[in-house]
Amino acid sequence: MKLNIEGLLVYFPYDYIYPEQYSYMLELKRTLDAKGHGVLEMPSGTGKTISLLSLIVAYQRAHPLEVTKLVYCSRTVPEIEKVVEELRKLIEFYAKETGKPNNFLALALSSRKNLCVHPEVSSLRFGKEVDGKCHSLTASYMRAQRQSDPSLPSCCFYEEFDAVGRQVPVSAGVYNLDDLKDYGRRKGWCPYYLARYSILHANIIVYSYHYLLDPKIADLVSKELSKKSVVVFDEAHNIDSVCIDSMSVNITRKTLDRCQLNVDTLQNTIQRIKETDAAKLKEEYRQLLEGLKEASVARETDVFLSNPVLPDEILQEAVPGSIRTAEHFIGFLKRFLEYLKSRLRTHHVVQESAPQFLKDIFEKVCIDRKPMRFCAERLHSLLRTLEIADVADFSAITLISHFATLVSTYSKGFTIIIEPFEDKTPTIANPVLHFSCMDASIAIKPVFERFQTVIITSGTLSPLDIYPRILDFRPVTMASFTMTLARTCLCPLIVGRGNDQVALSSKYETREDFAVIRNYGNLLLEMSAIVPDGIVAFFTSYLYMENIVASWYEQGILENVQRNKLIFIETPDAAETSMALEKYQEACENGRGAILLSVARGKVSEGIDFVHHYGRAVIMFGVPYVYTQSRILKARLEYLRDQFQIRENDFLTFDAMRHAAQCVGRVIRGKTDYGLMIFADKRYARADKRGKLPRWIQEQITDSSLNLSIDETIQLSKHFLRQMAQPFKREDQLGLSLLTLEQLQTEEMLKRITQLAHQA
Amino acid sequence: MTALSEEVLLVVKRVRQRKQDGTLYLMAERIAWGPEGKDRFSVSLLYADIRCQKISPDGKAKIQLQLVLHTGDSTTFHFANESSALKDREATKELLQQLLPKFKKKANKELEEKNRMLQEDPVLFQLYKDLVVSQVISAEEFWANRVSTPSVESSLSNNKQEVGISAAFLADIRPQTDGCNGLRYNLTADIIESIFRTYPAVKQKYAENVPHNLTEKEFWTRFFQSHYFHRDRISTGMQDIFSECAKQDELGLKSMVVQGVKNPMVDLLSLEDKSLDEGYGSKVAASTSNSKPTVKENSNSAIIKRFNHHSSMVLAAGMKKGDGPNDQASETSSTDGNSRDSDFFQLPIKKLKLQEAIEYEDLQNGTGPRTVALNLKKSDRYAHGPVPLQSHQYTTTQDIITAVNCIQHEMVFYKPSLTQVMSSSAASSAIAALSPGGVLMQTCAQQTMNQLVPSDLQAELKQLYTAAGELLRHFWTCFPINTPFLEEKAEKMRSNLERFQMAKLRPFQEKVQRQYLSTNITGHLEEMLQAAYNKFHAWQTRRMMRKT
Repeated sequence: MKLNIEGLLVYFPYDYIYPEQYSYMLELKRTLDAKGHGVLEMPSGTGKTISLLSLIVAYQRAHPLEVTKLVYCSRTVPEIEKVVEELRKLIEFYAKETGKPNNFLALALSSRKNLCVHPEVSSLRFGKEVDGKCHSLTASYMRAQRQSDPSLPSCCFYEEFDAVGRQVPVSAGVYNLDDLKDYGRRKGWCPYYLARYSILHANIIVYSYHYLLDPKIADLVSKELSKKSVVVFDEAHNIDSVCIDSMSVNITRKTLDRCQLNVDTLQNTIQRIKETDAAKLKEEYRQLLEGLKEASVARETDVFLSNPVLPDEILQEAVPGSIRTAEHFIGFLKRFLEYLKSRLRTHHVVQESAPQFLKDIFEKVCIDRKPMRFCAERLHSLLRTLEIADVADFSAITLISHFATLVSTYSKGFTIIIEPFEDKTPTIANPVLHFSCMDASIAIKPVFERFQTVIITSGTLSPLDIYPRILDFRPVTMASFTMTLARTCLCPLIVGRGNDQVALSSKYETREDFAVIRNYGNLLLEMSAIVPDGIVAFFTSYLYMENIVASWYEQGILENVQRNKLIFIETPDAAETSMALEKYQEACENGRGAILLSVARGKVSEGIDFVHHYGRAVIMFGVPYVYTQSRILKARLEYLRDQFQIRENDFLTFDAMRHAAQCVGRVIRGKTDYGLMIFADKRYARADKRGKLPRWIQEQITDSSLNLSIDETIQLSKHFLRQMAQPFKREDQLGLSLLTLEQLQTEEMLKRITQLAHQA
Repeated sequence: MTALSEEVLLVVKRVRQRKQDGTLYLMAERIAWGPEGKDRFSVSLLYADIRCQKISPDGKAKIQLQLVLHTGDSTTFHFANESSALKDREATKELLQQLLPKFKKKANKELEEKNRMLQEDPVLFQLYKDLVVSQVISAEEFWANRVSTPSVESSLSNNKQEVGISAAFLADIRPQTDGCNGLRYNLTADIIESIFRTYPAVKQKYAENVPHNLTEKEFWTRFFQSHYFHRDRISTGMQDIFSECAKQDELGLKSMVVQGVKNPMVDLLSLEDKSLDEGYGSKVAASTSNSKPTVKENSNSAIIKRFNHHSSMVLAAGMKKGDGPNDQASETSSTDGNSRDSDFFQLPIKKLKLQEAIEYEDLQNGTGPRTVALNLKKSDRYAHGPVPLQSHQYTTTQDIITAVNCIQHEMVFYKPSLTQVMSSSAASSAIAALSPGGVLMQTCAQQTMNQLVPSDLQAELKQLYTAAGELLRHFWTCFPINTPFLEEKAEKMRSNLERFQMAKLRPFQEKVQRQYLSTNITGHLEEMLQAAYNKFHAWQTRRMMRKT
């Protein structure tokens, strides 16, 4: 259908529309008009992606000069592919409606592992191996060497792409990962480099967060993206963790050992080159003298996305003299390394700030702040000059150099924690230096500054106001949408006590309590008897799950559960879990029914949907608080309190509740779907917890379902399931939660729709 | 010798058969025995006809080997060479052990089918014994009008839906204390089958060890003692026959994991696009090198692994056959040479799953939810659900199904005629009157047949009845006689009947008389036979008249 969103003609590739989709598009349009950032929460399964795409594509067509590009970031590879497929649907709809082919170019970008078509390289299993191997075949100096020695191996796909691939842009269309590979195979071009090259002129790019948020990758891939782009972070409820992860560094003794090897190799290589090709080193020296002017010019003219690891100040200066020659730099690295080693020898836990660290390093080994800031750039240049083929081997020294640059650049927002042993095993020395980022805004700052519109959206972003605070930006729109329902297809229940009135809770004090574990088991057992097909249960941590499973096994609870359903359990091993997942789905598919025991914050809870019969009920055993004894977390909480005035408990609860919401939200994927959401912990009943659940879940929690016993839960569940099992036709939804174009255009409906968005 | 062209695998001298010395020959396709000094075989058996071999227990004076044929006949060889009898026997046994399975497959399908029928149906088996073994009628005749049944049944069984396995079958083997520091496990045929289907490794062990090394009971005792059964106990290195099974399971699990998953949407390994490089990130990977997992942690993860494995095995056992086309698809793709490029065959699945994932059925016109038709061969099984196995009173699921059927059947035809019921006092007085010793029963003997005739005689009588019934059925099916074949058969059947009367009925009658039973319990049997004779006679006279 064709929609009119405040004067913008939007093609929507379906015959019907959910009211909240319309409302969502309205808000989105206003954000784009204002050229500002937005935070939008919309329930999962209400067609968020297609609404986003429809509106932004329409906007791009209407205002081609104001919005030149859509950068859509999602979390996982399947999600990326899903987005591209939805986009394909939309573009096909455009072609059908307008009658002429579209000149849109949209493509997905992923790592080499998912795009390589080279028969040998692509057969490697791990992404890192693929990258390394690819690099060894396609690095510029390797190819230069091949000019003189044709017997060296090469990648014909890259050569072919390099020869002709850049001349003609890829023809318009929608390219998913497999389409790119297909295209690459047909043309004989490397799909990965083709995609990387094509994102510069593509209208829509779909890729993962890391390409924008991880400075190491963003610098390579995304820095030339146009300023007039719209950036969307979908499934953004964990975006702060992604930011923090990309800026944090851990150094162990093993890292340092490998570093030592790296330094030795570098030294030998330098020695050799000095004897054979001294001119090369001289050339490098000259370049360094001229400084990073190029980069500086680029940043001033606003061509590039800035790199948080490459601070502004150093762009204006030349590399300091003390590390300019290769030998001096090696000497510098050695001293730095020795210093780190000495720090790891400590016997007690040390926590210090970056300035303290800098002061100490200056006193001990006379390393100045200034050369440290150039460390990453300097090493990069050296590796290039030395023509190191496999950069993967030098990951350790690269890590150290990043650490040096970061620690000397940011005096705030980071903390250094040195732990000589793990808390669990105080007798075994395993020193780790955590250089931990506490401020998520550092990594994402360049993105907010560079792009005119950044949309942060997810099914679970509550409470909305916390994201602008921890990411430090000013949104122009913040809205949370509810789910209009013709029948209440989700049923959140809070189970507070067992049939014996024992309070159910996963809190630390009662964690080992037999009565609680038994009651949890009873809950699972009884649910397994009444819920059809699949049940997913989440525990707060892997360790907790292991203990509970063991005691359920001893008490014979699992045997009884097995009479009703098969049991599959997540393990720390991803491959094993994948298999269990597939079998779980198989069992749901063939009618046997199954239970999946899983872990909040685990891979399953973050990336797998349990649509329809794959998940008719989800049970959340306990509140998934993060492990609070970690020093890194404590430091971050302190930082949040001091810098953003977020109280520790607020943040912890927010974090726990967003994970709980993620877990339970996995079962609802659309209005024809239905599912029970069972929160098995009495603490969920408290207002401060409940209030942090997404609005669309909160609305369905009635006061009567706040502190149920297991028996009551079973009764309510039975009732709910019986209702849901009744046939549900489109007619039941029409006019309420599903609209035709005519219905949408009535006054009354438009008024109702404006109320859907809940402004935060 | 006749067997010049055949390959002789083993020759054993001084083997007695029917108290006659001779030589045993094991050839490629048959086993033969010839008496000493003669150059022909008096016994020659095709391996395909042999059902099994039995040996005399060790330590018995006579060292013998018995071959049981599919027909039920058996031949016994006595190894008489004093010095090497045992060795000879062992050699023969070993060789036969290797040879017989090969021929078993070749053995006539029909024969197997018949065999199965006999085993499953005790009444039929008794009949078979009475009629065929005692050579009243030949085996062919016996089967003549039954062959149709097995074929029908086999087609049914091909079509039959396999019943899945209860996931909790191991839990159903509730151990019970027997009061003196022991545990008793109750195993039923259903459970054993479940174990075999779910854990092929155990089945293999069973085939290897029972009955050569262990008796069945010992085998299961060891099974329950093994750490394999109690998977949470960490193997203490004790050598039990099931440690190998555990290893095999682990390998199976590993290969399953290595194979990866077909559905890319659940592949957690390729979920993440770009993982952080080593050393970055706020979470440190658990250092596996230093801290060894404790025993408890180990056993916990073993339990978890076991559940995953158990569930997938149960699942696999439940649908071994349904996967046909799917497997084929993957096979063809793996044979097209390019083994690595799994994308080629993954592509369609992936496309499908992606499409499924982005579909909003209510936003679109026309696409109703796709449904799968429920395919049930036995809907009652579905309706009554899996039966929890009680350890005390055990009935197979089949029994329950038949019972339910019977009741259903009766209930369908049950018509209460509520208008005609009599008052309870009238009913009880009527019952009293009709009971032995009541007003109406005074002339009747107070003892019933039941109490009069000893139970062994009763059983024998029952057998006679079934046998006679079977013969008579054969006889009566000949009428109306309109083909020469039937004519011939009728005559034969008549002689069969006569022979039956002579060989079976008469001795029984004498036996009854010997026991001084006054009542003529065989009277009815005789009447039936007489009726048959009369019929035959009438037919014969008519035929004679027509001929003349």
